[in-house]
Amino acid sequence: MAEFAFEPGPEVHLAPGESAKEISGRSPWRLAGRRLARNRLAMAALALFVLIVVVSLLAPFYANHIAKTDPFASNLTGTTVVDGKEVEVIQETSGGLGLGSVPIGPTWQSNYFIGADNQGRDVMARVLYGGRASLQIGIASAVICTLLALALALLAGFFRGWTDSVLSRAMDLIWAFPVYLLAISLATVLLTKAGGLKWGPVTIDASSLWVPTWIIAIVYIPYVYRPLRGQVLSVREKEYVEASISQGASNLRLMFAEILPNVVSTAIVLLPLMIATTILTEAALSFLGIGVQAPQASWGTIIDDGQNLLYTRPLVAIVPGIFIVLTVLALNVLGDGVRDALDPRAKVRVRE
Amino acid sequence: MFAFVVRRLIGMVFVLFAITVLTFLIFFATPGIDPSRQLAGRNPDPATVAAIRHQFGLDRPLPVRYALMMKRLFISRDLVSYGNQALEVVPAITAAAPVTFSLVFGAAVLWVIGAIAIGLLMVTFKGTFVDPLLMVLALIGISMPVFWLGEVVNLITQDRLHDTFLFSWVPPLGYTPFTEDPWQWFLHLIFPWITLSVLYIGFYARVLRADLLEVQHDDFVRTARAKGLSPQSVLVRHMLRTSLITFVSLFALDFGVLVGGGALLTEVVFGLPGVGQLTFNSLRSLDLPVIMATVIYGAFFITIMSALVDIVYARLDPRIRPA
Repeated sequence: MAEFAFEPGPEVHLAPGESAKEISGRSPWRLAGRRLARNRLAMAALALFVLIVVVSLLAPFYANHIAKTDPFASNLTGTTVVDGKEVEVIQETSGGLGLGSVPIGPTWQSNYFIGADNQGRDVMARVLYGGRASLQIGIASAVICTLLALALALLAGFFRGWTDSVLSRAMDLIWAFPVYLLAISLATVLLTKAGGLKWGPVTIDASSLWVPTWIIAIVYIPYVYRPLRGQVLSVREKEYVEASISQGASNLRLMFAEILPNVVSTAIVLLPLMIATTILTEAALSFLGIGVQAPQASWGTIIDDGQNLLYTRPLVAIVPGIFIVLTVLALNVLGDGVRDALDPRAKVRVRE
Repeated sequence: MFAFVVRRLIGMVFVLFAITVLTFLIFFATPGIDPSRQLAGRNPDPATVAAIRHQFGLDRPLPVRYALMMKRLFISRDLVSYGNQALEVVPAITAAAPVTFSLVFGAAVLWVIGAIAIGLLMVTFKGTFVDPLLMVLALIGISMPVFWLGEVVNLITQDRLHDTFLFSWVPPLGYTPFTEDPWQWFLHLIFPWITLSVLYIGFYARVLRADLLEVQHDDFVRTARAKGLSPQSVLVRHMLRTSLITFVSLFALDFGVLVGGGALLTEVVFGLPGVGQLTFNSLRSLDLPVIMATVIYGAFFITIMSALVDIVYARLDPRIRPA
């Protein structure tokens, strides 16, 4: 555990031809990077996350060349070839009243690998496409949220006084709402607007992925803002900031050159944990029907589709859930590793 | 102390007021949202729309509409749903609240016991395979979407293994009030309780483990060891007590969030007619007054809960008071 950000000078042995200048320049970032790289569990988690991202990005390839279906077009009357025989994708069932139909189950072949959904669409291809939407929303909203929170925390912590009061009260207000209920409120209103959202020249279609992205980003701002503001407040009192003030540094210089670099590590520690949280939130909103909108899919919407098929074709709901668990688990482990690497004594925690 | 309580309560009242204003603005002042369209049904003629606008006071200025809405919500308590005008919003919430409370209360009991047990096990067996194993299990618990876990539980207990001796006693999804049949109430809620508590067991066990490890080198622990107490006794009677401070404050807030509507997903998956289910149903029909009322109810509950936590804390720990 005991590692120091500075190499002890006299004990360093120089290789022939190496000057002390070359090896002294190790930034805290590189040291943290090395600590992270040595954490095998965190590296495994990173590898798993990268794997899931890559697999999701390959969704069009999978749909076009392996499954050979369009995962967004319903295929109620189509047929597919299983074990050399042609079978219907949506099959009539004799169970119950004899009126039902059940989509094809897992074939464990390239077409309909884990079966079809109610619309006769290839679920595996949809899960991969869904991964793209889920990951995009999760990562984008966590980044937006962290950046906004960082900016607000810098303003509040640096100027203090009424700036801080106003911003912190506003954050308290958002904090007072249960996350899901606030997100539901915003989504209900934004998704029902005919013709999409218009802000001046910008028009966002109601089915755009940016609607859930911004909703999730806004809802979580206070959770990132609070630890960051505390950090800014304490860094602002440090001697090096005083030294910079005494040299006549401008406010901008103080904020961006002195304070920001010292709170950025906290933001980076929070980021993987935030992505884990935002991915779970996106899944929940989509499951409730107010996240990603048809025709697009996300892991949450596929679980929602699978709910009606739960007892007949359980894989439709189970597989996207497994993708969520693996992604979020990888991000949580990675987040722990990043925290240990950057800030071994940190007390930063993300709460649900 | 008295001054602190008064100040905290005044602050709380301001937040409550701000919550109602913000919620009202979200639902009724976003440009482009026109509830009268929804009320009038499909292809209404303009006269009907105008009549409805007048009936619901939608043609009045915003502050007046806010005041009317709050009067109907808090004072006369006769705010009705837009979708079904026989449904009064306030009685609907008070009828649903006990269901949510039953769900959250039972889950809270499970999660406190589970988290303390696992946290203590992790610290006791630190350095063996048990600690990392429990750590990974706790992480998996945190990483599962609760609605998905609920569906998997349903799949197993309601369908795949329902006819075996393991789960044949599980009643169909739904809810029986405690006052009607306590045993059925219990049976209906067991799996919702377990499902809801998994996430919190994982989270709290990790928090507790970190806090326990933090105090293990403190002076009072060394003293306790030096005077010859057994390791178990030091862990439970001395270390655990100190570490429970974070635990309890987190617990109060999470409990508030869950009763305030955070248990929505669990209620939807298990068909429990609580406040979350009410929100979900009104979401489907875009019933704005009901959603607004449940959101305000949830935020109120959380705000009042956190004010109470602060006051109890200040009572227990005088250092907090000036802040």
